Amino acid sequence: MSSVIEKIFQMHTREKVEVGNTIWIDIDLRTARDFAGAKVVENLIENYEGNYVDDAKKTFFTFDCNAPANTIGYANNQQICREFARKNKIKVFDVNRGIGSHVVIEEGLAYPGVTAVGTDSHFNILGAIGAFGQGMGDVDIAFVFKTGKTWFEVPPTVKVNFIGIPDGKWSAKDLALLCVKELKNKVLGKSIEFYGDILEKLSMAGRITLSSMVTEMGGIVGFIPPNKEIISFCEKRSGKKIEPVYADKDADYEKEIDIDVSNLEPLIALPGNPANVKRVSELPYTEINSVFIGSCTNGRTEDIFSVSKIIKGRKISENVMMKIVPATREVWQELLEKGVIKELFSAGAIISHAGCGGCASGQIGMTGEGEVQVSTSNRNFKGKQGAGDTYLASPETAAVSGLLGYIGGIDEYEVEG
Amino acid sequence: MNMKLKGRVWVIEREGKLIDDIDTDMIYHNQYLHITDKKEMAKYAFSNLEGWKDFYEKAEEGDVIIAGENFGCGSSRQHAVDCFLAIGIKAIIAKSFGAIYKRNAINSGMAVLECSSIDRAGLKNGDIIEINLLNGEIKKDSKTIAKAKPMSIVQTNIYKAGGLFSYAKSI
Ligand code: SF4
Repeated sequence: MSSVIEKIFQMHTREKVEVGNTIWIDIDLRTARDFAGAKVVENLIENYEGNYVDDAKKTFFTFDCNAPANTIGYANNQQICREFARKNKIKVFDVNRGIGSHVVIEEGLAYPGVTAVGTDSHFNILGAIGAFGQGMGDVDIAFVFKTGKTWFEVPPTVKVNFIGIPDGKWSAKDLALLCVKELKNKVLGKSIEFYGDILEKLSMAGRITLSSMVTEMGGIVGFIPPNKEIISFCEKRSGKKIEPVYADKDADYEKEIDIDVSNLEPLIALPGNPANVKRVSELPYTEINSVFIGSCTNGRTEDIFSVSKIIKGRKISENVMMKIVPATREVWQELLEKGVIKELFSAGAIISHAGCGGCASGQIGMTGEGEVQVSTSNRNFKGKQGAGDTYLASPETAAVSGLLGYIGGIDEYEVEG
Repeated sequence: MNMKLKGRVWVIEREGKLIDDIDTDMIYHNQYLHITDKKEMAKYAFSNLEGWKDFYEKAEEGDVIIAGENFGCGSSRQHAVDCFLAIGIKAIIAKSFGAIYKRNAINSGMAVLECSSIDRAGLKNGDIIEINLLNGEIKKDSKTIAKAKPMSIVQTNIYKAGGLFSYAKSI
């Protein structure tokens, strides 16, 4: 019987869905961002005459990489997309709106069971709400804009069972880093389904954190079965009655992998490789220069809220620059209304407008040669966030390290309720 | 489109071992993403991969790349395929590919083959191989040295059409 991806695909194709088959599937939601959007437009104009989009209501641009643009290249690209969008009646979520993969959830455009694509390799984040999302290149996306379809090789599914519930201090990011470490090379090109009691402890933000790092695990997409909270959020936002897609009880998994999480504790990925994961507690004394909190992995209200709980009323180390970038405008507003922005500011943080900034080469700057940064993002390949060395950790670890001036664990601080 | 290719190989290895996890930044660094002229992209192919930064000077039209696991993992940038097409690279054979990379390559009309045993085929830089895209057979001096997974029918059709856009016009 069928896994989640097989079921979602079957709802979107007339062909028979079988692992290994290459099939054509209908795409409900088609997006391009500022990074490759201009190339998508160019491809469309070069290859098709006049009639560029299959369905403008299902097609969107989301500007998040470089928002507002701080290079002329990006500014030009955004302008090319805007003009194309206006002519073809496509909605643009412009530079003020935030990270595209989050915006489509907030706007109720993505919900359990849909198929969605974008020019963003973390578009599989949508697995967090039980939807199929996939990042693709500009040729693929142009084709989807034009036809509403794409081809896909049906991947095998791996079932990941989390065993136990940790009782110490841990966060969704620690779980995600553990998975990158444990699953790297075991799920390459596969669909993942996550199960286990620990998932009930994860809110939507936590689920987004876990699903966002499936790309670093090497997987195609990682599905978390939607619970009541997710379903009611998506119903409210989309205005639709939602029938989530769950796997059949006897679904055919390629394999099952158990991961013991009962001793989960704060983890950190060393510079250069997201899978080189260590316990924060076993790291030697490491001084840092900067902290980046944000990205599609950890830029939600809850993430930034937990930072504020740690740093409020205290001062960030004077040797550290702490940069905070909320994922979306909606997150910004929530933080503003809850008074969190003020706490962060008073502690010494720099707060930028919503977007990817700091993760991509965006509006809040990059690291310089020799600079050591703790980042809540998802990738620390050389060059991605600048020329410096980037460690990946949870918002809590990042916050504590910002106060200390060196990488430190949450145990070093008392946090109020 | 010819389903049998012949070309000179570049074995992308370090210390005698195929390099795994070559990501899109190593293939085509993000600092060159603003470039839109494909010919220009050729210059930066592998220009951020330690030991292979001079690839552009060495490689020639018709060459074939041999790589390790998870080739092209990372971002969805098309440049990482276009830079090789611009040189005239004919095919990439890897132990496995990053999923997005594989799609991008097929959609652009590049031949890509997955071959888990390619590291045991005894290939050296400069060897001439023959590839049969239909059955995945890889030969050297007329002897079969490895067997790759053949491309699927849809993938073959896209490749034969010369890429996704031309394919779309044919359906
Ligand atoms: S935050 Fe970083 S990883 Fe996420 S979509 Fe933006 S650039 Fe990509």
